[in-house]
Amino acid sequence: MLKVKNINKSFGGRPVIQNISGEFDKGKTNLIIGSSGTGKSVLLKCIVGLISPDEGNVFYDLRNFTDADKEMKAEIRREIGMLFQGGALFDSKNVESNVMFPLEILTKMPTDEKLDRVNFCLKRVGLENVNKKMPSEISGGMKKRVGIARAIVNNPNYLFCDEPNSGLDPQTSMVIDDLIGEITHEFDITTIVVTHDMNSVMGIGEKIMFLYKGNNLWEGSNKDITHSGVSELSDFVFSNKVMRGLRGDS
Amino acid sequence: MKGFGQYILFLGTMVVRMESFKTYYKLILDECIQIGVKSVALVALVASFMGAVTTVQTAYNMVSPLIPRYVISQVVREMTILELAPTIIAVIYAGKVGSSMAGGLGTMRITEQIDALEVMGINSASYLVFPKIVASLLMYPLLVIIAGVSSMVAGYLVGGATGIITPADYVYGIRFYFDDYSITFAMIKSVVFAFLISSISSFKGYYTQGGALEVGIATTAAVTTSVIAVLSADYLLAQLLYVR
Repeated sequence: MLKVKNINKSFGGRPVIQNISGEFDKGKTNLIIGSSGTGKSVLLKCIVGLISPDEGNVFYDLRNFTDADKEMKAEIRREIGMLFQGGALFDSKNVESNVMFPLEILTKMPTDEKLDRVNFCLKRVGLENVNKKMPSEISGGMKKRVGIARAIVNNPNYLFCDEPNSGLDPQTSMVIDDLIGEITHEFDITTIVVTHDMNSVMGIGEKIMFLYKGNNLWEGSNKDITHSGVSELSDFVFSNKVMRGLRGDS
Repeated sequence: MKGFGQYILFLGTMVVRMESFKTYYKLILDECIQIGVKSVALVALVASFMGAVTTVQTAYNMVSPLIPRYVISQVVREMTILELAPTIIAVIYAGKVGSSMAGGLGTMRITEQIDALEVMGINSASYLVFPKIVASLLMYPLLVIIAGVSSMVAGYLVGGATGIITPADYVYGIRFYFDDYSITFAMIKSVVFAFLISSISSFKGYYTQGGALEVGIATTAAVTTSVIAVLSADYLLAQLLYVR
């Protein structure tokens, strides 16, 4: 389980996230949703330690990550896998080397074992025979899959995905969503997905945190989201024509 | 001053939380090939033209028949070793290697590749920049030696081919009153310039924020700042190292 407590972050005196607290469950796909500019990605970066919060703490299974010493932070980071918005694959390395990278740096596995693990992860995300391709030679959807393979190669306890569907067509988006959901359940990991895609919300949102102007306005699941009673959330959810159609709007 | 402070802190972050020697060994070798071996042809070409032009220009300006012809190659030698090889090649090096470092790191920054390293618990500054600086410190002095040799050989060939100076006079001038401290001086300069170019360019690229436009701006800033730093250091070193 992952917990955030009273997280605050400002940039240039402008508060971006304000006093956010919440819990993200193990073995579930936890979503942080909200419109653009509401602080979703900033919150995620605070959670993974790419940004230090001004106030508040992040707890990884009761271990305080924010105030941890370097050794503890390094230990926790070994348990983290992250999928970035654009994949963030290393341009100079081929697919195989990209996926193998965390194993090269963080483990002392023999090369054969590393290669087996890489092939297993690539197969798991539905990519085979692309090991020697460079990131520039594969499509956006494939880059995301390679990114997922790299994120899970080190058997993480926590998986973070920043806008996994950005730039993808609806069909590929669903494939990526399903993959994230399946991996979360299969490996029993705590997954946090930042998104504003309603297909993802309805498809994989087992636990959802809705951010509005830097505040945590609502928490629940995809089953409750259409009748939350929170006007800002309803505006967000039903800004999508398909959702309006489901509600019966003309 | 804020930028300078950030630069000093950046240099400090490179030497904490370092990876294993094996990791750096591979990275440094890769960088040596990228920034050293792949620059040899350009450096040799530029230096050859510098040597040839210096030979022709010196001969053209030597109007007095009382000055022996071997002075031409003596001038070529001094200019090449003290200024042309270390300093002018540093400007070329900043343009080729410095811009490549800043552009590469800037692109890594805006495409979140640096964030990916940080999330894995890797000190990205140390992992990405330290090998570039070490490779520069190793390779740039070698490039300066190649530049020096190329320049003097080109002067020899052009002098002989055009009849400006006989090969025997040229070789005599090259050896005449040669002070090997010039070589030490050139090597000290080359190490300082290599450090300045690689660290400033990496710093500019590493802290890029925004998109493709900002990567372009960072790349330009890397080259201009490196060149200014090199020329300033050239003056300071001349003041410091000529006091003997």
